Amino acid sequence: MSSLDIRNLEIHVEGKPIVKDFTLNVPKGEVHALMGPNGSGKSTLAKALAGHEDYQIVAGEASLNGQNILKMEVDEIARAGLFMAFQYPSEIPGVSIANFIRAALTARLADNEELDAARYYRRLYEKMDLLKIDRKFTARSVNEGFSGGEKKRCEILQMAMLQPHFAIMDETDSGLDIDALKIVSHGVNTMRGPDLGILLITHYQRLLDYIVPDKVHVMWDGRIVRSGGKELALELEEKGYDWVKEEVAVV
Amino acid sequence: MPATIEQETTNHSIDFDREVGNFKYKEDYSYDAGTGLNEDTVRYISGVKDEDEWILNFRLKALKVFESKPTPTHWASKDLESIDYSKIRYYLSKGQQPSRSWDEVPDDVKETFERLGIPEQERKFLAGVEAQFDSEAAYSNMKARLAEEGVIFVGSTEGLKEHPEIFRKFFGKVIPTGDNKFSALNSAVFSGGSFIYVPPGVHVKQPLQAYFRINAENFGQFERTLIIADEGAEVTYMEGCTAPKFETTTLHSAVVELVALKGARIQYITVQNWSENVFNLVTKRGMAMEDATIKWIDCNIGSRLTMKYPGVILKGRRARGEVLSIALANNGQHQDTGAKMIHAADDTTSNIIAKSISVGQGRSTYRGLVQIPKHLKNCKNNTECDALLINTNSRTDTYPAINVRGNRNSVQHEASVSKVSTEQIFYMQQRGLSEAQAMSLAVNGFVNDLIREFPMEYSVELKRLIDLQMEGSVG
Ligand SMILES: Nc1ncnc2c1ncn2[C@@H]1O[C@H](COP(=O)(O)OP(=O)(O)O)[C@@H](O)[C@H]1O
Ligand SMILES: [Mg+2]
Repeated sequence: MSSLDIRNLEIHVEGKPIVKDFTLNVPKGEVHALMGPNGSGKSTLAKALAGHEDYQIVAGEASLNGQNILKMEVDEIARAGLFMAFQYPSEIPGVSIANFIRAALTARLADNEELDAARYYRRLYEKMDLLKIDRKFTARSVNEGFSGGEKKRCEILQMAMLQPHFAIMDETDSGLDIDALKIVSHGVNTMRGPDLGILLITHYQRLLDYIVPDKVHVMWDGRIVRSGGKELALELEEKGYDWVKEEVAVV
Repeated sequence: MPATIEQETTNHSIDFDREVGNFKYKEDYSYDAGTGLNEDTVRYISGVKDEDEWILNFRLKALKVFESKPTPTHWASKDLESIDYSKIRYYLSKGQQPSRSWDEVPDDVKETFERLGIPEQERKFLAGVEAQFDSEAAYSNMKARLAEEGVIFVGSTEGLKEHPEIFRKFFGKVIPTGDNKFSALNSAVFSGGSFIYVPPGVHVKQPLQAYFRINAENFGQFERTLIIADEGAEVTYMEGCTAPKFETTTLHSAVVELVALKGARIQYITVQNWSENVFNLVTKRGMAMEDATIKWIDCNIGSRLTMKYPGVILKGRRARGEVLSIALANNGQHQDTGAKMIHAADDTTSNIIAKSISVGQGRSTYRGLVQIPKHLKNCKNNTECDALLINTNSRTDTYPAINVRGNRNSVQHEASVSKVSTEQIFYMQQRGLSEAQAMSLAVNGFVNDLIREFPMEYSVELKRLIDLQMEGSVG
């Protein structure tokens, strides 16, 4: 059964169509890259799928493991297994990373279940080591005063801890230097497997050298205009987005 | 790194169930002063308590003061006009003698406190408990060892009767009858509350707790608490409050006076969770003598309108006063809270940290008063007020009123207003938290550094109360 299935989706922001007739299927266990110039609607798609109320879905369907997510609340979609690594993660003053992730895990438990604190910290430290995050960070407020790279690593840490079925990673590579990019990619590659699908939103081909996608899709003005294998990303890098623009114009 | 693991332990302490504050038992009182307030009401209360002449006269004089003072609507809220004093019942009790053991407490009253988790807390971590049901203490008990050391912890009725020599010396000295309209009202009809005396050098290590429960409708609870820590003594007192939800208004108007003699320390902790029909108009003030410390920790959650500004008169050299307060105003609630620091000696220090949270239509106001007269030197005040807004409709105001004269004293004042954005809520919900959980977490983060100052049991309870409020606010 397919993991993330999007059909003919149309998304409006403040009454304006931003994503139009968007169709994409990412089978479980696969990594698909979604590339496209700034403003093509990538983040809009991501937030709409996550259930953000500012993004109105006016047509089409979207399901996660066969479950329609369009009528669900943000937190229900999250607990159903969709994780989004934000392009611009929010700061939450006074809430430590350790407490935040614990609260998120606890929200997934039944009323009579409790999180085993010792096991929780063991796992947390293990994932932090993997992502080379200093253990002192557990006591830091979520994203507050973090550098761009630290924020992105913190997103991946949450993803590793919450073990989603499906992750949408929105420009996780932006703001990362080459060392951080390698660390984050290594972290994501470690999570790859038959139980996790990933939609990797990126602007640049660079990330795809480290997280090698099964498929690449190019988005332009709210639609997918080209799909192909990982070589499409290289072609795009070489010819630039204007190439796509010209092709679209021809069609 | 171990710091976060230690935090973990806060999770499995006491499991209060304050959520269930909204229940009531049938009214069945042996003593009832009836509805409305006049001289007869006052005489009835005094008579039931079999009081000395001087107390009756004190009460009657206070009634006159109450009647002569205008309702201070200019000050905080016109809502005060909706209190109809003629419709309130001023005294209701089943008897004036509190039981010393839970077994002797009448069944319905006992059940009330059991549902609120009180006897359990007593066993677990308290040195003594007083449980007030409407006008009188139904239960009052303290560890025997403390009694042997000369500690007194009784209801105010009993305190006046058994220990008049100490009581009378300090009674009404920190907060005079005419301080404000509500302190006058309390002085006329007061009943219940605690009387505590800690002898010189005695440190009461575990907290003493009082629990105030309103059960009756159209009722006014007017407890009167007086705590005296003699030279070098130390005591922590904690109060919790609940009432069921009624259609009609209920009035809670307490007067609390603290006296910390030379080198003494008093810590007074309030966690109130009044239902939204309660007018909570309370006067609290302490007097700190040389080298003494008074610390108010005040958490105001619930009620329709709370007006409360705990204060410290820093009367002796090197005295210290502190107010740490948290106020949460949800839909339909107004928290008008703050602090007063009256410096009256050299080298005195005061610290105020006030955090308010306004949710939905909730409104919170910080009102402070810091006074350091010109002739004093080396006095310091630090005031911090932070407001958090959740939802655009909520409102917050700050009136710090820092009145510092002379150039040998120092003050520091900081204020901030922040907002929980929809993007923050979205972010947290994307991690699987419900909207209410996300809001709770944001609020907890906001008060986190302050809560660390609280005894553990109370930080856990406060967190639960915040969770409940947030659940209620998203409906
Ligand atoms: N919250 C919003 N309010 C108004 N316009 C928005 C909002 N989010 C996105 N847009 C608009 O939608 C278009 C696509 O933006 P976005 O999805 O962020 O593109 P990308 O992520 O591909 O760079 C842009 O024109 C942007 O201005
Ligand atoms: Mg984007």
